[in-house]
Amino acid sequence: MAREKTVSREIMQNAFLAAFPYTIPVLSGFLVLGFAYGVLMASKGYAFLWAGFASLFVFAGSMQFLAVGMLSEGLEPLSLLLITVMVNARHLFYGFSMLEKFRDTGWMRNYLIFGLCDETYSILCATEAPEGIDRRWFMFFVTALHHLYWVSGSLAGGLIGKALAFNTNGIDFALTALFVVILISQWQGAKDRLPNGIGIAGAVLCRLLFGPERFLLPTMLLILLSVTCLRKPLERRQSR
Amino acid sequence: MSTPQALLFFGIIAGATILLRFLPFLLFPEDKEIPGYIQYLGKVLPYTVIGMLTVYCLRNTRVLRYPYALPETIAIGLIILLQLWRKNMLLSIGGGTLAYMILIQRVFV
Repeated sequence: MAREKTVSREIMQNAFLAAFPYTIPVLSGFLVLGFAYGVLMASKGYAFLWAGFASLFVFAGSMQFLAVGMLSEGLEPLSLLLITVMVNARHLFYGFSMLEKFRDTGWMRNYLIFGLCDETYSILCATEAPEGIDRRWFMFFVTALHHLYWVSGSLAGGLIGKALAFNTNGIDFALTALFVVILISQWQGAKDRLPNGIGIAGAVLCRLLFGPERFLLPTMLLILLSVTCLRKPLERRQSR
Repeated sequence: MSTPQALLFFGIIAGATILLRFLPFLLFPEDKEIPGYIQYLGKVLPYTVIGMLTVYCLRNTRVLRYPYALPETIAIGLIILLQLWRKNMLLSIGGGTLAYMILIQRVFV
Protein backbone atom coordinates (compact mmCIF):
# COMPACT_ATOMS: atom_id res chain seq x y z
CA MET A 1 0.00 0.00 0.00
CA ALA A 2 2.70 2.47 1.05
CA ARG A 3 4.80 1.43 -1.93
CA GLU A 4 1.89 1.90 -4.29
CA LYS A 5 1.44 5.40 -2.95
CA THR A 6 5.05 6.41 -3.53
CA VAL A 7 4.92 4.98 -7.04
CA SER A 8 1.84 6.99 -7.96
CA ARG A 9 3.34 10.07 -6.33
CA GLU A 10 6.39 9.70 -8.49
CA ILE A 11 4.21 9.37 -11.60
CA MET A 12 2.39 12.55 -10.62
CA GLN A 13 5.61 14.44 -9.92
CA ASN A 14 7.13 13.44 -13.24
CA ALA A 15 3.97 14.41 -15.08
CA PHE A 16 3.89 17.77 -13.30
CA LEU A 17 7.51 18.50 -14.18
CA ALA A 18 6.89 17.48 -17.79
CA ALA A 19 3.69 19.53 -18.08
CA PHE A 20 4.93 22.76 -16.52
CA PRO A 21 7.21 23.93 -19.39
CA TYR A 22 4.31 23.56 -21.84
CA THR A 23 2.21 25.93 -19.72
CA ILE A 24 4.79 28.73 -19.49
CA PRO A 25 3.61 30.51 -22.68
CA VAL A 26 0.12 30.68 -21.21
CA LEU A 27 1.42 31.68 -17.75
CA SER A 28 2.24 35.28 -18.64
CA GLY A 29 -0.77 35.70 -20.91
CA PHE A 30 -3.25 34.38 -18.37
CA LEU A 31 -1.77 36.24 -15.41
CA VAL A 32 -1.96 39.50 -17.33
CA LEU A 33 -5.37 38.95 -18.93
CA GLY A 34 -6.74 37.56 -15.66
CA PHE A 35 -5.31 40.61 -13.88
CA ALA A 36 -6.98 42.91 -16.39
CA TYR A 37 -10.24 41.06 -15.83
CA GLY A 38 -9.97 41.50 -12.03
CA VAL A 39 -9.27 45.23 -12.45
CA LEU A 40 -12.21 45.62 -14.83
CA MET A 41 -14.62 43.78 -12.52
CA ALA A 42 -13.46 45.87 -9.54
CA SER A 43 -14.02 49.05 -11.53
CA LYS A 44 -17.65 47.97 -12.01
CA GLY A 45 -18.05 47.46 -8.27
CA TYR A 46 -17.49 43.68 -8.16
CA ALA A 47 -14.82 42.94 -5.57
CA PHE A 48 -11.99 40.46 -6.18
CA LEU A 49 -13.96 37.41 -5.00
CA TRP A 50 -16.46 37.92 -7.83
CA ALA A 51 -13.68 37.94 -10.42
CA GLY A 52 -12.05 34.93 -8.74
CA PHE A 53 -15.25 32.89 -8.68
CA ALA A 54 -16.18 33.83 -12.24
CA SER A 55 -12.73 32.71 -13.43
CA LEU A 56 -12.94 29.52 -11.37
CA PHE A 57 -16.36 28.44 -12.62
CA VAL A 58 -16.62 29.97 -16.10
CA PHE A 59 -12.97 29.71 -17.21
CA ALA A 60 -13.67 31.22 -20.64
CA GLY A 61 -11.84 34.52 -21.02
CA SER A 62 -13.49 36.13 -24.01
CA MET A 63 -16.99 35.50 -22.62
CA GLN A 64 -15.99 36.78 -19.18
CA PHE A 65 -14.72 40.05 -20.66
CA LEU A 66 -17.83 40.40 -22.79
CA ALA A 67 -20.03 39.80 -19.75
CA VAL A 68 -18.50 42.70 -17.80
CA GLY A 69 -20.17 45.13 -20.17
CA MET A 70 -23.48 43.31 -19.82
CA LEU A 71 -23.38 43.46 -16.00
CA SER A 72 -24.47 47.10 -16.03
CA GLU A 73 -27.28 46.44 -18.52
CA GLY A 74 -29.24 44.33 -16.06
CA LEU A 75 -30.14 40.63 -16.07
CA GLU A 76 -31.74 39.28 -19.22
CA PRO A 77 -31.40 35.51 -18.83
CA LEU A 78 -32.46 34.45 -22.32
CA SER A 79 -30.28 36.86 -24.27
CA LEU A 80 -27.38 36.14 -21.90
CA LEU A 81 -27.79 32.42 -22.59
CA LEU A 82 -27.91 32.97 -26.35
CA ILE A 83 -24.83 35.19 -26.37
CA THR A 84 -22.89 32.68 -24.26
CA VAL A 85 -23.81 29.86 -26.65
CA MET A 86 -22.79 31.93 -29.69
CA VAL A 87 -19.48 33.13 -28.24
CA ASN A 88 -18.56 29.72 -26.83
CA ALA A 89 -19.92 27.46 -29.57
CA ARG A 90 -16.33 26.79 -30.69
CA HIS A 91 -16.00 24.56 -27.62
CA LEU A 92 -18.18 22.01 -29.43
CA PHE A 93 -15.35 21.71 -31.96
CA TYR A 94 -12.84 21.18 -29.18
CA GLY A 95 -14.92 18.39 -27.68
CA PHE A 96 -15.24 16.58 -31.00
CA SER A 97 -11.47 16.62 -31.48
CA MET A 98 -10.79 15.39 -27.93
CA LEU A 99 -13.16 12.41 -27.89
CA GLU A 100 -10.28 10.02 -28.59
CA LYS A 101 -7.66 11.77 -26.47
CA PHE A 102 -9.78 11.87 -23.32
CA ARG A 103 -10.58 8.14 -23.53
CA ASP A 104 -9.82 6.11 -20.36
CA THR A 105 -8.96 9.11 -18.23
CA GLY A 106 -11.18 7.95 -15.34
CA TRP A 107 -12.16 10.50 -12.72
CA MET A 108 -10.10 13.21 -14.42
CA ARG A 109 -12.26 13.15 -17.51
CA ASN A 110 -14.91 15.52 -16.15
CA TYR A 111 -12.30 18.03 -15.07
CA LEU A 112 -10.42 17.81 -18.39
CA ILE A 113 -13.67 18.52 -20.24
CA PHE A 114 -14.61 21.34 -17.87
CA GLY A 115 -11.20 22.97 -18.28
CA LEU A 116 -11.05 22.79 -22.08
CA CYS A 117 -10.52 26.49 -22.83
CA ASP A 118 -8.88 27.77 -26.05
CA GLU A 119 -5.33 27.64 -24.72
CA THR A 120 -5.62 24.26 -23.00
CA TYR A 121 -7.20 22.84 -26.14
CA SER A 122 -4.39 24.23 -28.28
CA ILE A 123 -1.64 22.78 -26.09
CA LEU A 124 -3.35 19.41 -25.69
CA CYS A 125 -4.11 18.91 -29.38
CA ALA A 126 -0.62 20.02 -30.44
CA THR A 127 1.32 18.03 -27.82
CA GLU A 128 1.71 14.41 -26.79
CA ALA A 129 2.95 13.58 -23.31
CA PRO A 130 6.74 12.98 -23.53
CA GLU A 131 8.11 9.43 -23.54
CA GLY A 132 7.65 7.68 -20.18
CA ILE A 133 5.23 10.29 -18.81
CA ASP A 134 1.70 9.32 -17.79
CA ARG A 135 -0.50 10.99 -20.40
CA ARG A 136 -3.50 11.31 -18.06
CA TRP A 137 -1.61 13.23 -15.38
CA PHE A 138 0.18 15.24 -18.06
CA MET A 139 -3.15 16.46 -19.50
CA PHE A 140 -4.49 17.01 -15.99
CA PHE A 141 -1.59 19.25 -14.97
CA VAL A 142 -1.65 21.29 -18.19
CA THR A 143 -5.35 21.97 -17.58
CA ALA A 144 -5.03 22.61 -13.84
CA LEU A 145 -2.01 24.93 -14.19
CA HIS A 146 -3.79 27.03 -16.82
CA HIS A 147 -6.83 27.18 -14.54
CA LEU A 148 -4.65 28.22 -11.60
CA TYR A 149 -2.93 31.00 -13.60
CA TRP A 150 -6.27 32.38 -14.75
CA VAL A 151 -7.87 32.40 -11.27
CA SER A 152 -4.72 33.80 -9.60
CA GLY A 153 -4.48 36.61 -12.15
CA SER A 154 -8.14 37.52 -11.64
CA LEU A 155 -7.83 37.54 -7.84
CA ALA A 156 -4.64 39.61 -7.97
CA GLY A 157 -6.19 42.11 -10.39
CA GLY A 158 -9.20 42.56 -8.13
CA LEU A 159 -7.02 42.93 -5.04
CA ILE A 160 -4.14 45.17 -6.08
CA GLY A 161 -5.64 46.57 -9.25
CA LYS A 162 -4.22 49.84 -10.35
CA ALA A 163 -1.43 49.92 -7.75
CA LEU A 164 0.78 48.21 -10.34
CA ALA A 165 2.75 50.87 -12.21
CA PHE A 166 4.57 48.72 -14.80
CA ASN A 167 3.35 49.37 -18.34
CA THR A 168 1.95 46.03 -19.45
CA ASN A 169 0.41 47.39 -22.63
CA GLY A 170 0.62 44.75 -25.33
CA ILE A 171 1.68 41.84 -23.11
CA ASP A 172 -1.53 40.02 -24.00
CA PHE A 173 0.06 39.54 -27.43
CA ALA A 174 1.62 36.45 -25.79
CA LEU A 175 -1.59 34.56 -26.52
CA THR A 176 -1.57 35.64 -30.18
CA ALA A 177 2.06 34.53 -30.33
CA LEU A 178 1.11 31.15 -28.84
CA PHE A 179 -1.46 30.52 -31.57
CA VAL A 180 0.98 31.68 -34.26
CA VAL A 181 3.64 29.25 -33.02
CA ILE A 182 1.17 26.35 -32.91
CA LEU A 183 0.01 27.30 -36.40
CA ILE A 184 3.60 27.22 -37.68
CA SER A 185 4.26 23.79 -36.20
CA GLN A 186 0.96 22.46 -37.58
CA TRP A 187 1.79 23.98 -40.99
CA GLN A 188 5.20 22.30 -41.02
CA GLY A 189 4.04 18.95 -39.66
CA ALA A 190 0.78 18.47 -41.54
CA LYS A 191 0.49 16.16 -44.52
CA ASP A 192 -2.09 18.55 -45.83
CA ARG A 193 -2.15 22.31 -45.32
CA LEU A 194 -5.65 22.80 -46.66
CA PRO A 195 -7.42 22.56 -43.24
CA ASN A 196 -5.12 25.29 -41.82
CA GLY A 197 -5.86 27.35 -44.93
CA ILE A 198 -9.63 26.83 -44.62
CA GLY A 199 -9.53 28.06 -41.00
CA ILE A 200 -7.51 31.18 -41.81
CA ALA A 201 -9.31 32.09 -45.03
CA GLY A 202 -12.76 31.41 -43.57
CA ALA A 203 -12.04 33.57 -40.51
CA VAL A 204 -10.56 36.44 -42.55
CA LEU A 205 -13.52 36.38 -44.94
CA CYS A 206 -16.09 36.36 -42.12
CA ARG A 207 -14.19 39.02 -40.17
CA LEU A 208 -14.44 41.31 -43.23
CA LEU A 209 -18.12 40.50 -43.78
CA PHE A 210 -19.43 40.47 -40.20
CA GLY A 211 -17.08 42.75 -38.24
CA PRO A 212 -14.87 41.98 -35.22
CA GLU A 213 -17.62 41.17 -32.69
CA ARG A 214 -19.76 38.54 -34.39
CA PHE A 215 -17.73 36.66 -36.97
CA LEU A 216 -16.90 33.48 -35.01
CA LEU A 217 -20.23 31.75 -35.51
CA PRO A 218 -20.38 32.30 -39.30
CA THR A 219 -16.72 31.24 -39.50
CA MET A 220 -17.49 27.97 -37.75
CA LEU A 221 -20.45 27.27 -40.02
CA LEU A 222 -18.30 28.01 -43.07
CA ILE A 223 -15.53 25.72 -41.78
CA LEU A 224 -18.00 22.93 -41.07
CA LEU A 225 -19.55 23.30 -44.52
CA SER A 226 -16.15 23.36 -46.26
CA VAL A 227 -14.65 20.34 -44.50
CA THR A 228 -17.89 18.40 -44.97
CA CYS A 229 -17.96 19.10 -48.72
CA LEU A 230 -14.23 18.36 -49.00
CA ARG A 231 -14.32 15.16 -46.93
CA LYS A 232 -13.57 12.77 -49.81
CA PRO A 233 -10.54 14.62 -51.25
CA LEU A 234 -9.20 15.53 -47.79
CA GLU A 235 -9.36 11.93 -46.57
CA ARG A 236 -7.72 10.71 -49.75
CA ARG A 237 -4.88 13.20 -49.31
CA GLN A 238 -4.52 12.28 -45.62
CA SER A 239 -4.06 8.59 -46.36
CA ARG A 240 -1.54 9.14 -49.13
CA MET B 1 -27.77 44.19 -10.10
CA SER B 2 -28.53 42.59 -6.70
CA THR B 3 -26.31 39.79 -5.38
CA PRO B 4 -28.77 36.95 -6.23
CA GLN B 5 -29.20 38.43 -9.71
CA ALA B 6 -25.43 38.62 -10.19
CA LEU B 7 -25.09 35.01 -9.01
CA LEU B 8 -27.71 33.94 -11.55
CA PHE B 9 -25.92 36.04 -14.20
CA PHE B 10 -22.63 34.17 -13.74
CA GLY B 11 -24.49 30.89 -13.18
CA ILE B 12 -26.05 31.13 -16.64
CA ILE B 13 -22.69 31.86 -18.28
CA ALA B 14 -20.94 29.04 -16.40
CA GLY B 15 -23.80 26.59 -17.04
CA ALA B 16 -24.00 27.28 -20.77
CA THR B 17 -20.22 27.06 -21.17
CA ILE B 18 -20.04 23.77 -19.25
CA LEU B 19 -22.92 22.35 -21.30
CA LEU B 20 -21.16 23.23 -24.58
CA ARG B 21 -17.92 21.66 -23.38
CA PHE B 22 -19.64 18.45 -22.29
CA LEU B 23 -22.10 18.06 -25.17
CA PRO B 24 -19.79 16.19 -27.60
CA PHE B 25 -18.80 13.77 -24.83
CA LEU B 26 -22.45 13.24 -23.84
CA LEU B 27 -23.42 12.57 -27.46
CA PHE B 28 -20.58 10.08 -27.94
CA PRO B 29 -19.88 8.27 -24.66
CA GLU B 30 -16.75 6.12 -24.36
CA ASP B 31 -18.53 2.80 -24.81
CA LYS B 32 -20.13 3.88 -28.10
CA GLU B 33 -18.41 3.59 -31.46
CA ILE B 34 -17.68 7.08 -32.81
CA PRO B 35 -19.19 7.50 -36.31
CA GLY B 36 -16.72 7.92 -39.18
CA TYR B 37 -17.84 11.47 -39.94
CA ILE B 38 -17.26 12.60 -36.34
CA GLN B 39 -13.84 10.88 -36.30
CA TYR B 40 -13.00 12.77 -39.48
CA LEU B 41 -14.11 16.07 -37.90
CA GLY B 42 -11.99 15.27 -34.85
CA LYS B 43 -8.94 14.89 -37.09
CA VAL B 44 -9.42 17.89 -39.33
CA LEU B 45 -10.97 20.50 -36.99
CA PRO B 46 -7.86 21.18 -34.84
CA TYR B 47 -6.09 22.52 -37.94
CA THR B 48 -8.97 24.76 -38.95
CA VAL B 49 -9.58 25.96 -35.37
CA ILE B 50 -5.99 27.09 -34.76
CA GLY B 51 -6.15 29.07 -38.00
CA MET B 52 -9.44 30.60 -36.87
CA LEU B 53 -8.20 31.45 -33.36
CA THR B 54 -5.09 33.15 -34.75
CA VAL B 55 -7.29 35.40 -36.87
CA TYR B 56 -9.62 35.88 -33.87
CA CYS B 57 -6.71 37.19 -31.76
CA LEU B 58 -5.90 39.69 -34.50
CA ARG B 59 -9.53 40.75 -35.10
CA ASN B 60 -9.06 44.32 -33.84
CA THR B 61 -5.88 45.01 -35.82
CA ARG B 62 -6.04 48.36 -37.64
CA VAL B 63 -5.09 47.63 -41.22
CA LEU B 64 -6.27 50.69 -43.15
CA ARG B 65 -5.46 53.33 -40.50
CA TYR B 66 -2.28 54.14 -38.60
CA PRO B 67 -0.27 52.04 -37.64
CA TYR B 68 -1.44 49.93 -40.60
CA ALA B 69 -0.98 46.55 -38.84
CA LEU B 70 2.77 47.17 -38.75
CA PRO B 71 3.36 46.17 -35.08
CA GLU B 72 1.47 42.90 -35.63
CA THR B 73 3.18 42.18 -38.97
CA ILE B 74 6.67 42.83 -37.62
CA ALA B 75 6.09 40.84 -34.41
CA ILE B 76 4.59 37.87 -36.26
CA GLY B 77 7.42 38.00 -38.82
CA LEU B 78 9.89 37.81 -35.95
CA ILE B 79 8.00 34.90 -34.38
CA ILE B 80 8.13 32.98 -37.67
CA LEU B 81 11.88 33.64 -38.07
CA LEU B 82 12.64 32.66 -34.46
CA GLN B 83 10.52 29.53 -34.74
CA LEU B 84 12.14 28.44 -38.02
CA TRP B 85 15.61 29.20 -36.64
CA ARG B 86 15.49 27.65 -33.17
CA LYS B 87 12.17 25.76 -32.95
CA ASN B 88 11.99 26.91 -29.32
CA MET B 89 8.40 27.79 -28.44
CA LEU B 90 9.29 29.95 -25.43
CA LEU B 91 11.92 31.93 -27.32
CA SER B 92 9.53 32.58 -30.22
CA ILE B 93 6.63 33.63 -27.98
CA GLY B 94 8.79 35.67 -25.59
CA GLY B 95 10.69 37.41 -28.40
CA GLY B 96 7.56 38.16 -30.38
CA THR B 97 5.67 39.52 -27.37
CA LEU B 98 8.57 41.69 -26.23
CA ALA B 99 8.99 43.07 -29.74
CA TYR B 100 5.26 43.84 -29.93
CA MET B 101 5.28 45.62 -26.55
CA ILE B 102 8.24 47.80 -27.53
CA LEU B 103 6.65 48.56 -30.90
CA ILE B 104 3.30 49.74 -29.52
CA GLN B 105 4.74 51.47 -26.44
CA ARG B 106 7.74 53.23 -28.02
CA VAL B 107 7.72 53.12 -31.81
CA PHE B 108 4.11 53.37 -33.01
CA VAL B 109 2.74 55.53 -30.19
